[in-house]
Amino acid sequence: MSTGTVATFEDSLERLEVGWTHASPDGLADVLEGLCSDPTIGVSLPYDGVDLPDWVNIDPTPADLREANAGVTAAGLGIADYGSVVVQGTPDGVEPVSLFGDLHVAVLRRSDIVPGMPEAFDWLGEEFRTGHPSAIIATGPSATADMGALVKGAHGPKEVHVVILDE
Amino acid sequence: MSKAREAKAAKIRQLMETEGDAVGTSTRGFNEGRYQSVQTLDDYEGLKSEARAIKEDAIERLPELIDQLRETVESNGGTLYIADDAADANQYIREVCEDKEAERVVKSKSMTSEEIEVNEDLEAADIDVVETDLGEWVLQVADESPSHIVAPAIHKSREAIADLFNEAFDPDEPLETAEELTMFARERLGELIEGADVGMTGANFITADTGTMALVTSEGNARKTAVVPDTHVAVAGVEKVIPTVEDLRPFVELIGKSGTGQDITSYISLLTPPVESPTVDFDAPDTPLSATETDRDFHLVLIDNGRFDMREDDQLRETLYCIRCSACSNVCANFQHVGGHAFGGETYSGGIGTGWEAGVEGLDSAAEFNDLCTGCSRCTTACPVEIDIPWINTVVRDRVNRGEVSELDWLVEGLTPDEEPGGVSLQKRFFGNFETAAKVGSFFAPVSNWAAGLDVSRDLMERFLGIDARRELPEFQRETLKDWFESRTSRVDDPVRTAVLYPDVYTNHVQVERGKAAVRALEALGVDVIVPDVRSSGRAPLSQGMIATAEDHAHDVYAGLAEHIDDGRDIVVIEPSDLAMFRTEYEKFLPEKSFERISEASYEVMEYVFGLLDNGADADALSAGAGEEVAYHSHCQQRTLGLEGHTEAVLSDLGYDVATSDVECCGMAGSFGYKSEYYELSVDVGSELQGQFQTDENGDRTVVASGTSCLEQLDSLLSRPMQHPIQLVAPRR
Repeated sequence: MSTGTVATFEDSLERLEVGWTHASPDGLADVLEGLCSDPTIGVSLPYDGVDLPDWVNIDPTPADLREANAGVTAAGLGIADYGSVVVQGTPDGVEPVSLFGDLHVAVLRRSDIVPGMPEAFDWLGEEFRTGHPSAIIATGPSATADMGALVKGAHGPKEVHVVILDE
Repeated sequence: MSKAREAKAAKIRQLMETEGDAVGTSTRGFNEGRYQSVQTLDDYEGLKSEARAIKEDAIERLPELIDQLRETVESNGGTLYIADDAADANQYIREVCEDKEAERVVKSKSMTSEEIEVNEDLEAADIDVVETDLGEWVLQVADESPSHIVAPAIHKSREAIADLFNEAFDPDEPLETAEELTMFARERLGELIEGADVGMTGANFITADTGTMALVTSEGNARKTAVVPDTHVAVAGVEKVIPTVEDLRPFVELIGKSGTGQDITSYISLLTPPVESPTVDFDAPDTPLSATETDRDFHLVLIDNGRFDMREDDQLRETLYCIRCSACSNVCANFQHVGGHAFGGETYSGGIGTGWEAGVEGLDSAAEFNDLCTGCSRCTTACPVEIDIPWINTVVRDRVNRGEVSELDWLVEGLTPDEEPGGVSLQKRFFGNFETAAKVGSFFAPVSNWAAGLDVSRDLMERFLGIDARRELPEFQRETLKDWFESRTSRVDDPVRTAVLYPDVYTNHVQVERGKAAVRALEALGVDVIVPDVRSSGRAPLSQGMIATAEDHAHDVYAGLAEHIDDGRDIVVIEPSDLAMFRTEYEKFLPEKSFERISEASYEVMEYVFGLLDNGADADALSAGAGEEVAYHSHCQQRTLGLEGHTEAVLSDLGYDVATSDVECCGMAGSFGYKSEYYELSVDVGSELQGQFQTDENGDRTVVASGTSCLEQLDSLLSRPMQHPIQLVAPRR
């Protein structure tokens, strides 16, 4: 059972109807297999000793983006109060890979979950001034109410799943 | 009715019929969402003050911040251009597009780009412009203008959008559900984004320290717009610059909650362009992103277009703090019923829209809809940057009044005891000088009431003053509250306090009974009461935009009450709109110390009763409820002052069973509901309150309301008798 900040994060995800799964570095491949269907694209995870399985296409083309069912990326931070994940805009394409698929799977280290926005902005300010200057605070799937009722999946993913990496 | 009033009434009537339902459903949903969502914050008020302080500081230091931002944007590899006006901005943007030989520009939602009408300018240069926000795209297809600053197509129902798409695109299967419409738009716009040459976004905030822009969105179109094409043009007003990344935090927490009632929108994009993400070149669909040469170009176009003048304008400056969240639209009873097509100008709509239109377009555009703000003040506590929106509306009204030249000026100038120049309309002058009319009315009552009620009189009033003949007129009492009070002797021995019961115009001349009840209740609780001869508060002229006259009242009222306050007497006010003057608007008119003294010494009558009971006064001296069921409507300005609960508490403590309305405003709003151009809107707004008090549960409850206007409105909508709460609890004697 989770406690403290992680439990708050899970409660927020529950409220957003966003699924989450805990995984160990070794168990990540199995968890992803259960979540994603072909074709799945991804960006290599920046965590030591944690690799994406072979069946994830980590060198996608624009055509792959268009066809992707799922996109797997790292999330730099989780924000417990809101159930948000911070997706950073890196040269290896985390931003487009997290955006084009119907499902975005965000892989987040348990230790990177912070309580709220004050902590998140302390972190973001530091990141932005030291050379990682773009990020999306993403909370749940893309959505619109412009067509007369709330619809999940507007221009971005229709579904989000967070994998919490327990180290 | 005059032709102009008739035309205005007709336009409002038409919008209520065609767009009112769709606008009302969504805005009420947003507003309700706001109340719920802000409760999740530990310190909502503190966060608002923090946001306000950041904006105050940023606008104060704007030139310096822009210099800093220019350096950071340029060192990041982008370009900053300051455009003096719309034409300047459009020319720059067009040249950027032409340099790229752009055939198509995709845009995410930006009100500032609406302000400069960049779409029209680019299209004139044969550049295709595609709005990718679904609401904006609906409007682009329909060739209509936004009716709400955040949800632009709020006036269109799902059915209307389905009809529009089926007609415009003739899909294989007719579209029907919101899901189908959304997926259709996603597909079609997705293709258009793939082939775009330039992406144009707005910016909700831009930080000077890093050149980071924040985009608050939910659909993901802004993300695609900024990341897919290699050229990004961001268009924003100069007021969007704030000092640091950390300063974004309160805004990120407040903007979604305040606007659409979401804790946070799906995406807060924090981009420091040119961004590092690879471009997605769909012309080379099989070249991996890793092999795509990314050479991004970024242009930040900051627009002045009147903003630097607003910054120098002590009254309009606050407008620049606005973060365009739409809270003031959603909370506004009038906006809920007509939407931004009536309650809006060239670009901006809702409460704060007047300030923006006055600043960027000019007074003419602001004058079109300024009168729809009734000053109910419900937006002031909803605004996440604590802007005094009703004051901005009042100032603009005053300027509009002064700018107008009436042919009848020679006639009215000198006949009215106000401080205004000739431009004020006869209608505004009449309502602004209501105190004079009331004095005459009481003096000649009941003949004055009888004469005023004649068909011929009502016809003249409608023609010359714009007073709607369908509205019942207030009935002046021959014996005023002051007359009555002077004819009796006080019966309090050994009083616990001495209170000055402020004889507002209505209590003194029309609703005299509630004044008598207040005197009886206070005396029963051991308070010695004085009813002095003090001028009216100035609320009436203020609501007509007659600021100089209102200020004149403020000085006289303070002079009339100062000695009482110095002597330790409490000022008890029955009419909430007058109390709101003492506690809020007088800050603009009186020296700081004077304002503090009068605002601290003043109490709403039920607040005062609450305080007396809380301090040990004997509740048995009042009329107990014994379970009597009561339907209570507080007053908009009373609620803004946080004083609704005191009445509820007193009634509950006395044994009444209280059900309170939750509409933002009754729709009457002083003179508003009397004006022939607004009568029908006023009744439409009032129908919500009427509905709440006619349910099975509330239909038989005794009706009480705090405000004069609310009582007048309820009286016209319900067949039951009604009274002020003080009349319910005062001893019958």
